[in-house]
Amino acid sequence: MMADTGAALPAATLRRDPWWLEILPTIALLGGFTLYALYVIFVNNHYYAEPYLSPFYSPCLAAQCQHLTLPLVGRWWTLSPALLVLWAPLGFRATCYYYRKAYYRAFFWAPPACAVRDLPKAYAGETRFPFLFQNVHRYFFYLAVIVVLFLWWDALLAFRFPQGVGVGVGTLVMLANILLLSAYTFSCHSCRHVCGGHVDAFSRAGLRHRLWEAVSRLNERHGAVAWASMISVALTDLYIRLVAMGVLHDIRIL
Amino acid sequence: MNAGEEITLRVWRGDAAAGRLVDYRVRTAEGMVVLDALRAIQATQAPDLAMRWNCKAGKCGSCSAEVNGHPRLTCMTRLTEVAGEGNPLTVAPMRAFPVVKDLVTDVSWNYEKAKEIPPFSPAPRDPDGRRRMYQHEVERVQEFRKCIECFLCQDVCHVIRDHPENKPKFAGPRFFVLLAAYEMHPLDTANRVEQIRQDAGIGFCNITKCCTEVCPEGIHITDNAIIPLKERVVDQHYDPVLWLWRKLTGRGKTSAATPPPSR
Repeated sequence: MMADTGAALPAATLRRDPWWLEILPTIALLGGFTLYALYVIFVNNHYYAEPYLSPFYSPCLAAQCQHLTLPLVGRWWTLSPALLVLWAPLGFRATCYYYRKAYYRAFFWAPPACAVRDLPKAYAGETRFPFLFQNVHRYFFYLAVIVVLFLWWDALLAFRFPQGVGVGVGTLVMLANILLLSAYTFSCHSCRHVCGGHVDAFSRAGLRHRLWEAVSRLNERHGAVAWASMISVALTDLYIRLVAMGVLHDIRIL
Repeated sequence: MNAGEEITLRVWRGDAAAGRLVDYRVRTAEGMVVLDALRAIQATQAPDLAMRWNCKAGKCGSCSAEVNGHPRLTCMTRLTEVAGEGNPLTVAPMRAFPVVKDLVTDVSWNYEKAKEIPPFSPAPRDPDGRRRMYQHEVERVQEFRKCIECFLCQDVCHVIRDHPENKPKFAGPRFFVLLAAYEMHPLDTANRVEQIRQDAGIGFCNITKCCTEVCPEGIHITDNAIIPLKERVVDQHYDPVLWLWRKLTGRGKTSAATPPPSR
């Protein structure tokens, strides 16, 4: 084989299009969401406006919760109850195959865009710590499924008002949010593998083949629902927060 | 850009030692592709311009180059498609491979990688002398058979493009597609997971999807080949529950990796 180096081109890229535009939405959305999540976690207030519970605080497990889902942790826990559960869905997103593409490009510049030179001089990918940790994604998927079940329960409770069963704008907001979160969770690449992707001979695994086909169809839109569900989580919390603070009045539809 | 208009092509000229971008003026014609423009330069202005091409139909994978910095097949890239990216239009050789001359690169590294992959190893025939498989179980791997080996995915992959020191321990997207075609085949019996992890170095891939973006055959390299292979590596190496399951039941046990073919 000849020398490993290619043509000595005069720039890091010969691309003429504004490739840097591709990463700006990722920086804005992921950066904005991270800052908003930090604010929500540490403010530790206004996350429940009856009958709506913010997805950042669900399931609420600490005795000090404004709306207790499961009393698993006693009064000794004085920090934000969001810290008890949020690591699971955030870990699911942080190790998600789609988000990995987005943040490796936008924040690590490895590469910043296709055919644009990497910023890091040395590169080991996901072969070493800390990125070797990405391999635990399927465990975050299992945990995310549990969280999604609780969020469905919250969405059902959002129909239960003090005066009886009804529908408010918040009910619809929470319903839309859990639908998007479910689409995101069950379109995940690990889910696709666990459901049937691991099988070679589908003729001997009919049910897993049908499941794999269904998840594969969802998986084609995984990137889109990743963004949509992340935005919907933040907006759902914002809506409930503003109602809890008395800034917004939740309108009853039914 | 209108037919009959003159455009400037800035073409990389040189060899392994040195090179530079040289401007050529070309009169365009209706439906012209970048390869047509290069051939026009070769015919009228630079008879010593070195380039590879063959079918001119996007099926032989010979005319791979970088047009305005994007890895593309020059025979499938219309001038009208790239005119909006500015004038002059730049054509350079694939950056991940050593230059032989002008737009011709030495892609033999890929053939060396291909030799490391154990061939398809089908199960023994059924008692009636036949092998059976069903359409619905080979559909998944048929997508991978569309590969024309243009090596654009290898060229754009930053693991080797920007870090050539990784070449000995990384196979690149084209060969993950080949490995996936064998690994997921209902009749293949070789255990390839260890090779995928160790020799092919799938852990180097950080799934930034550039290979999928440049594939002229539209193969979903990342979603359908690389990520499923990564998940199979997780099954064997990073999943404690599956490890315990294998220990307790003896099911799904991995046999020793199939050795590479002797040459």
